[in-house]
Amino acid sequence: MGYITIDGVKTPINDKKNLLEVIRESGVDLPTFCYNSELSVYGACRMCIVEIEGRGLQAACSTPPEDGMVVKINTPATMRIRRMALELLLSNHHGNCQTCDKNMHCRLQELADRLGVKTVRFEESRELLPVETTNQSIVRDPNKCILCGDCVRMCKEIQGIGVLDFAGRGSNVQVTPAFGKELKEVECVFCGQCASVCPTGALTIKNKVDEVWKAIHNPDKMVVVQIAPAVRAAIALEYGITDGEHAMSKTVTALRRIGFDKVYDTSFTADLCTVEEATEFLGRVAEGKRLPHFTSCCPAWVKLCEQLYPNYLNNLSTCKSPQQMFGSLVKKLLSERHNIDRKNIYLVSVMPCTAKKFEAERPEFSVDGNPDVDAVLSSQELIRMIDQSGVKLTELPLDSLDLPFGFKTGAGIIFGASGGVAEAVLRLAAAKDETDNQIIEFKEVRGLEGVKEASVNLDGTTIKLAVISGLANVQRVMDKLQKGEVYYDIIEVMACRGGCIGGGGQPLPNDMAAREIRKDVLYNCDAMQPLHNAANNPYVKEAYATLLQKPNSAVAHKLLHTSYHSRRRITGEQVQLSRTESKKKLCVAVCVGTNCYLKGSYDTLQKLSALAQEAGLADRLDFKATFCFERCKKSPNVKVGETIHGEVTPDTAETFFRETVIPALEGRETVATEA
Amino acid sequence: MVPTKTAMDIGSRARHFDKIQSIIEEYGATESALIPILQKVQAEYRYLPEEILTFVATALQLPPATVYGVATFYAQFSLEPKGKYVVRVCDGTACHVRKNAALIAALKKRLGLADGETTTEDMRFTLEIVSCIGACALAPAIVIDGKVHGQMTAEKAIKALDELEAAEKEEK
Repeated sequence: MGYITIDGVKTPINDKKNLLEVIRESGVDLPTFCYNSELSVYGACRMCIVEIEGRGLQAACSTPPEDGMVVKINTPATMRIRRMALELLLSNHHGNCQTCDKNMHCRLQELADRLGVKTVRFEESRELLPVETTNQSIVRDPNKCILCGDCVRMCKEIQGIGVLDFAGRGSNVQVTPAFGKELKEVECVFCGQCASVCPTGALTIKNKVDEVWKAIHNPDKMVVVQIAPAVRAAIALEYGITDGEHAMSKTVTALRRIGFDKVYDTSFTADLCTVEEATEFLGRVAEGKRLPHFTSCCPAWVKLCEQLYPNYLNNLSTCKSPQQMFGSLVKKLLSERHNIDRKNIYLVSVMPCTAKKFEAERPEFSVDGNPDVDAVLSSQELIRMIDQSGVKLTELPLDSLDLPFGFKTGAGIIFGASGGVAEAVLRLAAAKDETDNQIIEFKEVRGLEGVKEASVNLDGTTIKLAVISGLANVQRVMDKLQKGEVYYDIIEVMACRGGCIGGGGQPLPNDMAAREIRKDVLYNCDAMQPLHNAANNPYVKEAYATLLQKPNSAVAHKLLHTSYHSRRRITGEQVQLSRTESKKKLCVAVCVGTNCYLKGSYDTLQKLSALAQEAGLADRLDFKATFCFERCKKSPNVKVGETIHGEVTPDTAETFFRETVIPALEGRETVATEA
Repeated sequence: MVPTKTAMDIGSRARHFDKIQSIIEEYGATESALIPILQKVQAEYRYLPEEILTFVATALQLPPATVYGVATFYAQFSLEPKGKYVVRVCDGTACHVRKNAALIAALKKRLGLADGETTTEDMRFTLEIVSCIGACALAPAIVIDGKVHGQMTAEKAIKALDELEAAEKEEK
């Protein structure tokens, strides 16, 4: 236990890992751009520069505190350096603040004001680069980037993906996806955690507010909104309302004032999802098939699984996420009940998530070109829309959600926190009968920890479960699972740490402290509900009685379930390996994408090439290495002519050459001769 | 016949892709081997094609953005195809004040390079303007195909290129 002296005040170190943390704990908000206590230390922005006796000027973030250190925060030198660094950042920043998405929420703007930078002596010299607006979730404006690298470290360290990185050198450095491609062309899962840590307007959420206003102003449209569980926690924190029920009630009033015709709760379909998924899971356990069972509510995880783990796509729950179940079921029921064309129902979701925007536009979630969910607003956009309307949320009276799709049990609400989906399923599985409405708390799966494990005894069967949040944690567990080092029966996955409460669409700050508060809001909401077991939701029961028959029935499958397909990580071209002049040549393309490569496709390629040489057919076969046919389940894949063949391993390459390639070549010969 | 840019490009891929896997095996598929692997790939190809970088990323289990970041950080790596011969004109202070500008203009004219172009259409020459090569006593200096030529004038530089081409023809 040591002490340092900060501006003459003796301050305990308290095991803080760096000087910046000690200073901040002492009540001084020493500014930073590139420091994030949850990421590695980068030390580039120079805002946290301090003077240390005997050592001179040092960045506090990258200096370990030592007993007896004497530190001065505001000296002529540190203040000059901070201002100068800020001025230089401003000179390279496209500062159209009033119309910027981050206006009033921008760290650069805030610090320029706080530090008293009133003029920028350097002219903006860079040419403006194009702004990327081509994906559904994230807008990337390189002209606003100050190169703090927070997004780079978030994506790499916490999400384990590494979509963004620094490229170039010196004054040409940029933060960019590989090869200057767009986010939709690379392995981005649109979780939005990069935008959550971006201090400026370089990474922001794609804004759909105007589109929603347009629908509201259209008299032909019935505009319906569903609100996700985690949104109430965000609203509560943002407006300083202590409980989520209260926050939700005020939000309902605000949304009615804005002009929404019906206000519903996504927790309703979270209940429905629990019933469907618990049935599906218990069925798998009984059959001992498709285990471990993975939850599929999180669209960022689903996309990652499609990219990296094609062999586990069969293990993903086939249940649509609550957002998509809501879209599919409620559009159908409302159009029938109100006798209106489904095209005239405009369904808005308010989600804590940016990946939900991507999910809503997946082609499988539409009927005759009409999407099940028309627009997804993030919590941030909801707050913006309320602000735009001028409605003062905190001063509004309370109101209640519309029935039937506004009714939920506590199980549906906790879906918004890591562990919530698992707990909802366990509650249902563990309930003795319908009258059993005790909260069965599974505390071991609650909390923000990235990997949680538990064993639960269900009627004599022990169920091993894992609850994971943060995609880097997911990849670590998947590695162990694939190596057989661990086993679970059910794995709940949420891409963002702490679950949806920390989603990329949540208001800023979206740090672990905010997530902790939001988590408590949700569990308190659960405690306040009359029902805690999803199966007891009377309107879920009604839906089964009138339409869905029983869990996992054919009609439930049609409306509430989906399927997945493998997906390439990055766009790219084929690599030509040989070029033959023969007109009778046959193209043999071997996939060397991630999944095929890991299963030895390169060796397959080498073997096929050697076999062609041996057989004297080298000049008739055109070998190519290609990236991803999106059939990774059957990797390694080889395309001969126009047909893709799966599972061509190095061991089976010889048989494949004899039985598939040569006959295909002979077939071509016949065609060529006839021609 | 002088091969066209595309044909030559595809030709070089066909010749060299085979070697990528052996290069990776030589250095080991680990993150720390990335730079030596890229150096060897560049030596084979004279540049780093995007598909090959993606392949290297796949083999080393690194995000393609990381490999792209490394490839764009170092001046020694190029993501654009380079000519068979690389001519580097030193633009350090000493060479600059010794009027290397005239030298650059003359070389561009000799190679038929328009503004912004660095490689000739027949893929034989690439002209690069580089920072100090440390041969200030010989300023202005250029490096042709790895060999330093000092106290250059426009005439001497063009002569050196002519000789190179003549030697190449003789080889054939």
